[in-house]
Amino acid sequence: MNDPAWLNAALTSARPQAIAALLRYFRDMDTAEEAYQEACLRALKNWTKHGPPRDPAAWLILVGRNAALDASRRHRKLQPLPTDEVLSDLDDAENPLVERLDSADYRDDLLRLLFVCCHPELPATQQIALALRIVSGLSVAQIARAFLVSESAMEQRITRAKACIAHANLQFETPGAAERSLRLETVATMIYLLFNEGYSATGDTAGMRFALCDEAIRLARLLLRLFAGEAEIIGLTALLLLQHSRSAARLDGNGQIVLMEDQDRSLWNRTMINEGLALIDKALRHAHTGPYQVQAAIAALHARAPSFSATDWPQIELLYATLEKLQPSPVVTLNRAVALAKVQGAAAALDLIEPLAGRLAGYFYFHGVKGALLRDLGRSEQARETYNRAIALANTAAEAAHIRSQLDRLMSDPAPTERPCK
Amino acid sequence: MPILLYAVLCYHSEDVVMSWPAPREAAVMDRLAAVEEKLSKAGRLGPVAKLMPTTAAVTLRKDQDPPLIIDGPFAETKEQLLGFFIIECAGLPEAITAASELARANPGGAYEIRPVAVLRTNKVFQ
Repeated sequence: MNDPAWLNAALTSARPQAIAALLRYFRDMDTAEEAYQEACLRALKNWTKHGPPRDPAAWLILVGRNAALDASRRHRKLQPLPTDEVLSDLDDAENPLVERLDSADYRDDLLRLLFVCCHPELPATQQIALALRIVSGLSVAQIARAFLVSESAMEQRITRAKACIAHANLQFETPGAAERSLRLETVATMIYLLFNEGYSATGDTAGMRFALCDEAIRLARLLLRLFAGEAEIIGLTALLLLQHSRSAARLDGNGQIVLMEDQDRSLWNRTMINEGLALIDKALRHAHTGPYQVQAAIAALHARAPSFSATDWPQIELLYATLEKLQPSPVVTLNRAVALAKVQGAAAALDLIEPLAGRLAGYFYFHGVKGALLRDLGRSEQARETYNRAIALANTAAEAAHIRSQLDRLMSDPAPTERPCK
Repeated sequence: MPILLYAVLCYHSEDVVMSWPAPREAAVMDRLAAVEEKLSKAGRLGPVAKLMPTTAAVTLRKDQDPPLIIDGPFAETKEQLLGFFIIECAGLPEAITAASELARANPGGAYEIRPVAVLRTNKVFQ
């Protein structure tokens, strides 16, 4: 088929596997990328003429490898290898070689490729940018748009990141079990950060940045296909799908955040929710709890609830308590307090967050939650002060606007009685 | 004329299909809907299913007791079972005609045309 859309989809989907194998072969990112680019150029010519090969990734690996070797042989005036013209299909002597190239090592190849992007010296945003460039194959212009920076700034960032990994001491032997699970964890974090980069977007550029969420989900599924039995990778994929399912309801026409309690649940994406729920069920069978699964389980309870008030808050509070033990952090405790307020009332929740005041003094969300709890307790004056502090700490115009609307509500309805909404 | 049911089982590389940009996906779905409507108007279309990604699957190996439950699809293959149509046909030529029309609407991959032995239509889908 000579449909250019097919060609693009085939090249996009084959890219991670091909680059990963070429990186193992050449042990150098630049050579691997150049070899892949060369293979793509030849694919555009060859596939439109001879039709696509049965296994596009294997074709790209073999042709890319030959092209790079050929270049270095020419350089050393040696015999060239046969050209890709004879490789219209791989059902020949080359096949066993390609099989050996991909199936045995693919898992660790891809994990290594993703792991390379997570070099500890790189700040998170550079890790993400690098993964989008190298693994996903997004153009620098596309990445720059998603990060809301200029193309030249992003170009510079990626070049610097690449220079950093070029000097890194990459491990090419097959990793042991402990090393493999460490790599998986690091890569999962990077995918989660990539997702949040898109998910935290507000304003009129939010739509553009949602593409980052889609890409994160694609990478999570890719990883999951290779590590099918890893409960936390199942949990991560479930979490991303369940969070992203609310995207259409999370922002209003002006790109301002709509709180979950005010969201139109009919806008939630049922297909993503169903897949997320299927995955979380799968993960929980492993009885091997981890933070992504717990967060996915919380998101699943929201997804299952017919309305905000009919949400299973006691279960959500328990899950946050579990998360607190697995991954202690004042922010998790703050989230537990929000659930606790629904179960035991605002007073209990306020008791829970008071000790966090020091550590979260500069955290916008802390003052937002505290303000709402004080308001629910009828302590309007303190609520107003706390809301004002929240506005001063807001990171975005959308956050400030949201608190202002809470303040307006407080002014028009100054002393509501406490309302545990169990 | 005997009436036979055929399952048209859709195989394609999941990686490739999931890399389709949204407009392409929408265009394919529109074209498929047009073919489905024609079959449906002729009273020949049964259940149509798009399956979730294979990452959502578990496989139950039932050659032992208790069965072994494994994460992932039954077979690791280059192309995966992604969905199916059930179509009523007078025979294989008609099934091939219907599948060819679907194929024009959604090129790439393969359709396995497989006669259905028994089909129970239970109420869940109503």
